[in-house]
Amino acid sequence: MSAPFSWIRPEPWGVQIVPADCWIDPGKAVDRALVTHGHADHARGGHGETYATPETLAIMALRYRTGVADESGEIPTKAIPVEYGQTIRLPGEVDATYIPAGHVLGSAQILLEHAGERVVITGDYKRRADPTCAPFQVVPCDIFITEATFGLPVFTHPPIEEEMAKLTKALADNPDKSVLVGAYALGKAQRVIAELRAAGHSEPIYLHGAMEKMCRLYEEHGVPLGELRLVSDHGKDDMRGSIIVAPPSALNDRWSRRLPEPITAMASGWMRVRGRARQRGVELPLVISDHADWCELTQTIDEVDPQEVWVTHGREEALLRWCELGQRKARALALVGREDEDE
Amino acid sequence: MEEFAALLDTLVYTTSRNRKLAMIAEYLRETPDPDRGWALAALTGELDFPAVKSSTIRNLMKDRVDPVLWTLSRDFVGDTAETASLLWPEPEARDGEVPSVAQVVDQLSALNRNTAPKELPKVLDRLDANGRFALIKLATGGMRIGISARLAKTAFAQAFDVSVEEVEEYWHALEAPYPELFAWGADGGDPPDVSNRPRFRPFMLAHPLEDTEVDLGEYAAEWKWDGIRVQLVRVAGETRLYSRSGDDISATFPELLDVLPMDAVLDGELLVRGASQGGEEGGAASFNALQQRLGRKTVSKKILKEAPAFVRLYDALLIEGDDIREQPWSKRRAALEALMAKLPDSHFDISAVVEADDFKHLAEIREGAREDAIEGLMLKRRDSPYIAGRKVGLWYKWKHDPLLIDAVLMYAQRGSGKRSSFYSDYTFGCWDGDPDGGAELLPVGKAYSGFTDAELKKLDRLVRQTTLNRFGPVREVERTLVFEVAFDSVHTSKRHKSGLAMRFPRIHRIRWDKPVHEADRIESLRALIRD
Repeated sequence: MSAPFSWIRPEPWGVQIVPADCWIDPGKAVDRALVTHGHADHARGGHGETYATPETLAIMALRYRTGVADESGEIPTKAIPVEYGQTIRLPGEVDATYIPAGHVLGSAQILLEHAGERVVITGDYKRRADPTCAPFQVVPCDIFITEATFGLPVFTHPPIEEEMAKLTKALADNPDKSVLVGAYALGKAQRVIAELRAAGHSEPIYLHGAMEKMCRLYEEHGVPLGELRLVSDHGKDDMRGSIIVAPPSALNDRWSRRLPEPITAMASGWMRVRGRARQRGVELPLVISDHADWCELTQTIDEVDPQEVWVTHGREEALLRWCELGQRKARALALVGREDEDE
Repeated sequence: MEEFAALLDTLVYTTSRNRKLAMIAEYLRETPDPDRGWALAALTGELDFPAVKSSTIRNLMKDRVDPVLWTLSRDFVGDTAETASLLWPEPEARDGEVPSVAQVVDQLSALNRNTAPKELPKVLDRLDANGRFALIKLATGGMRIGISARLAKTAFAQAFDVSVEEVEEYWHALEAPYPELFAWGADGGDPPDVSNRPRFRPFMLAHPLEDTEVDLGEYAAEWKWDGIRVQLVRVAGETRLYSRSGDDISATFPELLDVLPMDAVLDGELLVRGASQGGEEGGAASFNALQQRLGRKTVSKKILKEAPAFVRLYDALLIEGDDIREQPWSKRRAALEALMAKLPDSHFDISAVVEADDFKHLAEIREGAREDAIEGLMLKRRDSPYIAGRKVGLWYKWKHDPLLIDAVLMYAQRGSGKRSSFYSDYTFGCWDGDPDGGAELLPVGKAYSGFTDAELKKLDRLVRQTTLNRFGPVREVERTLVFEVAFDSVHTSKRHKSGLAMRFPRIHRIRWDKPVHEADRIESLRALIRD
């Protein structure tokens, strides 16, 4: 019998499940990968087999051609769908169950069970309601491997209604201008649009070209987004008084010159800190995040109540300190390539 | 307080100068007295509440938040006021009304060191996060939100359609919350009567010469001395000394307060006695010596004796009640020269005009003056009136080219404000011998400017990837990167291990290509000392 939990091994570029010879969210191509969700720092192409939810696989097919046949008709990267709540048996007597994480469409926590030991790896998650994805569920376990993107007590995300009110007010105050919202193309953009619709905003919303396919994919998976138009199909005057959604990289890009006097907004948890908004030249910061804030992170650890907490990425020092103050056992994994998400 | 907090918040996020002006102007028009006056004082940095310091806030927080979590948060956010406003525990219910700016100012003024820790929390509990940010900024002074005093005064001028020069003229003679200023500007009353109060007149400033050549028939040349620019004002027998920004620094240089024998407003360079600048005849010490005297609120007899200050005069604005600012430079110069006979040599001399045959000759003189630790030359149009601010074509500064060395990045510290969470302050070092023969790097200076935002990102990434050690907000990094550092001069210093201190160091170029052992040695830097 080997040492407790020796079957799960964190490496800088992913977490290995040793007896199953597979990796969770590996940063390089491997034979067998379990993927929590479709963001580029967790999902990548080139794995021999990818286990993920059907929604995540659809996103990966779009972005990396995962599970898509090549010219010869072969499928070089196999996609194995796992539904929420479904348990699959991996080699080496490891069971993996996918549980909603509430982060983006298709996002999952993965519960791993082996030799009577239970490990949950959250991937990225949040606890707030989100009309575009299934809500997070608390799963008891021995080791809780959590993210900590917003692992500092200064990060408390306000209710999304307040942020939506800021956005619609800016629009109403400036009928001759436009509001350009920088939002991550997968997840954040669709959530902002869906929340706008829920707040009664029924006018057409304009999209940067890079957003179109992902919005369609969300709609195909049952997330209605209302009338969406492409910026490239319209002139300045059409877009006056409208909301335009674009990836954050486009905010200060030449691309935005085609917009009618845009007020630059950005939807991100980082907007809680003034300096961060100023660095990006953001005039209308919207504190909207798909990650757990400090209260959610700590509340979740208390609810899960594991024997040990492992922190994968983000502001891990502060979360470790919090664990120490509460006399919880904790360690940092410091995975590479996952700095500063949520943009 | 809510309106003021909202103003601060939008100012933080607005980059356009015009929009900032418009927002401050709107606030000044729509807010009643005396709130708007106090707000203006806060924006221009005129408020001071000695009982509330940044440390007061830190101590309040450390009673409420774990010190480690506080430090990590402060380090990430990069601003004490903002961190505290975010971490302040929300009260279960807000009791009492949100106070006005004037009420907050009254409360803060009434505090002392003992009562502040008890009373401040009560005010903080009545505000939301934005309000707390505004309150702490107001209480601790120094807004650091990208609003200069000049911008706030310009906004006042714009709000009430008056000239900013007039606002500046009255400004320094008035006190917050400036009822006379608003009575004049906002309510169409008489201009404030400031005739019998000493006040600062905005300086005339120069543009860099760049590639321009000027005709010495039209322009006169003077040395640009390496001290601090000051304005000495005597009105009705009372003398004040103002720095370039209009701060009253009289208390720091008491020896200059009873030596001006007539009412006048004079423009000059403040220097301390010594032998470095201008050699024998100049009789001024290096900037390094002057620096020992700056920022002191009380001055000992010892230091008055060791480093006595004097003013090397450049210009005269008023002489014995006569305002000569409209007159051409040549006439003002003549008036100043005539005045010199009545001023004591012990505390005044005149900055000599540099005679040259032509521009080329002047360039040679400028080159040759390097060793005198003079900053360079000033070129002044002979017919220029004395005009506040920087008007193109009237005055030029022709500074020496900076000195350059190659140094190695050793430590990086997180910045604040716009650069919060980025490693943007760099300490660099030079070799104390032959790097291939086991020499070590000694820190020689610190720079936080001279690179683009894109370069900052790249540097930040490098710092994170090559970290050897962490000391709070500082990271020690592997020695992999060479900076070409520009600086104005270098002096001996007891404060640094290398025994050197550079003046105004900035990153000139990032030498991604250069191996670290090719960086300069301390001895090459030491050879540039001109103390």
